[in-house]
Amino acid sequence: MREVAVVGCGMTKFGELWEKSLRDIFVEAALKAIDDAGVDHIDSMYVGAMTPGLFVGQEHIGVLMADYLGMAPIPAMRVESACCSSGMALRLGLFEISSGYSDIVLVGGVEKMNDGADATYALATAADQEYEVYQGVTFPGLYALIARAHMHRYGTTREQLAAVSVKNHHNGAMNPNAQFQREVTLEQVMNATLVADPLTVLDSSPVSDGAACVVLTSVDFAKQLKVPSVKILGSGAATDTLALHNREDITTLKAVKLSGKAAYKMAGIKPSDIDVAEVHDCFSIAEICIIEELGFTQKGKGGPFTEQGNTALEGKIPVNPSGGLKSKGHPVGATGIAQVVEVVEQLRGNAGKRQVKNAKIGLTQNMGGSGGSSVVHIFTTT
Amino acid sequence: MPSPGYRREMPQRYRLEAARCKKCGKLFFPPRLVCAGCGSKEFDKTKLSETGTILSHTVIRVAPADFATQVPYAIAIVESDNGVRLTTQVVDCKPEDLEIGKKVKFIFRKLYEEGHTGIICYGYKAVLV
Amino acid sequence: MIGIIGYGSYLPRYRIKVEEIAHQWGRDPVTVKRGLMLNEKTVPGMDEDTITISVAAAKNALKRAGIDPGEIGALYVGSESHPYAVKPSGTVVAEALGAVPNVHIADYEFACKAGTEAMFVAYGLVKADLVKYALAIGADTSQGAPGDALEFSASAGGSAFIFGKEGVIAEVLDTFSYTTDTPDFWRREGAFYPLHGGRFTGEPAYFKHILGAAKAILDKSGYKPADFAYAVFHMPNGKFPLTAGKRLGFTKAQMEPGWIVPLMGNTYSGSSPTGFSATLDIAKPDDLILLVSFGSGAGSDAFIFKMTKRIDEVRDKAEKLKSMLENNRIYLDYGQYAKFRGKIIMNE
Repeated sequence: MREVAVVGCGMTKFGELWEKSLRDIFVEAALKAIDDAGVDHIDSMYVGAMTPGLFVGQEHIGVLMADYLGMAPIPAMRVESACCSSGMALRLGLFEISSGYSDIVLVGGVEKMNDGADATYALATAADQEYEVYQGVTFPGLYALIARAHMHRYGTTREQLAAVSVKNHHNGAMNPNAQFQREVTLEQVMNATLVADPLTVLDSSPVSDGAACVVLTSVDFAKQLKVPSVKILGSGAATDTLALHNREDITTLKAVKLSGKAAYKMAGIKPSDIDVAEVHDCFSIAEICIIEELGFTQKGKGGPFTEQGNTALEGKIPVNPSGGLKSKGHPVGATGIAQVVEVVEQLRGNAGKRQVKNAKIGLTQNMGGSGGSSVVHIFTTT
Repeated sequence: MPSPGYRREMPQRYRLEAARCKKCGKLFFPPRLVCAGCGSKEFDKTKLSETGTILSHTVIRVAPADFATQVPYAIAIVESDNGVRLTTQVVDCKPEDLEIGKKVKFIFRKLYEEGHTGIICYGYKAVLV
Repeated sequence: MIGIIGYGSYLPRYRIKVEEIAHQWGRDPVTVKRGLMLNEKTVPGMDEDTITISVAAAKNALKRAGIDPGEIGALYVGSESHPYAVKPSGTVVAEALGAVPNVHIADYEFACKAGTEAMFVAYGLVKADLVKYALAIGADTSQGAPGDALEFSASAGGSAFIFGKEGVIAEVLDTFSYTTDTPDFWRREGAFYPLHGGRFTGEPAYFKHILGAAKAILDKSGYKPADFAYAVFHMPNGKFPLTAGKRLGFTKAQMEPGWIVPLMGNTYSGSSPTGFSATLDIAKPDDLILLVSFGSGAGSDAFIFKMTKRIDEVRDKAEKLKSMLENNRIYLDYGQYAKFRGKIIMNE
């Protein structure tokens, strides 16, 4: 199995991109990544998107994007795993290169959520239709149920949840691609409009448009290209029950834990070896649970760990230097690869004001629904 | 929701019918084809108990279109007394009255209407006891 | 012996006071309350309708009857507010109770007497030995037009009665139905609120038919008012049933347990059936009870019941009416009431 490298990356700005269509934004991100990589052709491509069908009535987007990139007849397919569609797409690109089947693979993600579709309805298809959605629960509702149970069992406070959003907005304010480039305060987060008690609108990632792409090649091929590249050290993925109420323990995101373990094992490293991480903060409570499951802190201590600044840019383990889903935006299918773009730029030393010093090993964690799926990748400088 | 799917779910939504794995005793709501505990494919028919305990709760204040006029409404994860969990609305109470550990009983109520001309969708909800 | 083997009721917890409605329309609450003899009425929750009320009442009836719902051979729901114009309420109720599929279902409609209508047919089927058990439900979530007199009284609730031959708690001694074509109150297809003939709903409608049916059943059976422990009449407001009872020769004490309208309002098809349910909650073995309903259009169904010893064994097996009337009430203001009742024009 050959080692795989990320040789190029690119993304659009995330936000309400009224002037650009689904195909426009993917092509924009793809061209940036291909240009960054300096390759003259692609062997195959994977496009992660949660539900272009419900958002803009368009399926078959692997074909659409290959066509609009002028790359037909290369093989192209869409990958879906709700909000970790493009994280899972990366895994497929990794397998295709490491197996030796292809040499250059384009992996991207895209979502166009603002074209008038009922976004709440579309996102809810990631939950259990008959036993969660039918009852009237929403995604903020599901995460609020996790938050309340976590607060009850571990004493996590409302302030600690807010601290996640404050940190991520602080980072996002320095990210020119972020949807929201402004700071927020603890008071603002806690006093914002409630969406599902105890979560407010400022605990919740926004509805966004955007796309992100990376180009993968083997590490040997990357050396020939002479571009700053980053090696994929490990990949892990796992599933858990679809319905939140069927989880062994509703405060534990087991899929995150197991996908993390598998990635650490493949990479041969420990959580404390991670210098920078991009994780799936779809809601503030998600980041708190995820840093516990990934082993950055103990189970139940995610709240105080964040409050004490350990996940800030200058902290022990910087989490979401890009601004996370909260501030950077969350075009669901694009998020996974956007996380990879951030980590790659961090490891290349290209992250500008958001640069984490001496970042050598980075981690991305992308999650679907209320934690039913999770995929983790670990990267290192070559 | 369209009628065929709606009709299929009636034993669960109207009568809380569940299934117990013959081999390992794990209870499933809804019933399944394969036991997620031991892989067995044989089940006994059973029902959820009529009461349960709140494991977590929230109040939905921004709702999907079908539920928009009902906000704010409380949702809880409830563990039925015979050990199976489900997600359900808790009604006829102030949202602040919910607490982890409180007991509820299951009742039959309307979930939503498919607009003015579609079918009316019924199912289970819970009330505090 | 043929009669009721199980009974049960359900009232929603929401209420609105007469004062609240009077203030909305610039009426004097004191004179309204005095004239109608009403204090407050029940309001169905946004997730409640005739079907959900019927299911709850029927489950209470099943608790008292102690039978397997699969043995119910016929199930009838009488209402003037069936949720569908075309599709029975009874099938949803039967599915929810587990009475399907070996069961006869029909929905009944006759303004406020659809409940006793269902009872009459259920009784008849058991008497004819066509079914072992028949369940009759009278339930409504009736609408009163904004600002109209009926808005003070139109309320929600229902009661269910299982008829059979084994385990009878109230034997049917006699029945009589008295009906004419009298258009005193009606609603055309597509109209949201009903219309009524004002004072025409009194003597020529309510009193003519209630007194007609009551006098006929007393004649037929040979009983006199003094023979009865209790009498229950349809309650469109607090005044009418007391006047009817007095004119027939019944005392206030005989009507008291079933006279629940001041706190319940008029639950239309659930009205006299629920008054009857409240009476069963306190009646003793061998008590005679007269039940006379009235439905606009118009007609009255009269029944004479005789209590058996078994009432003492079963009455505590489900919640009683007094408890539903008095406990855990949630009061609404007019705005909340209008929203719950769908009286606000919304965007499609």
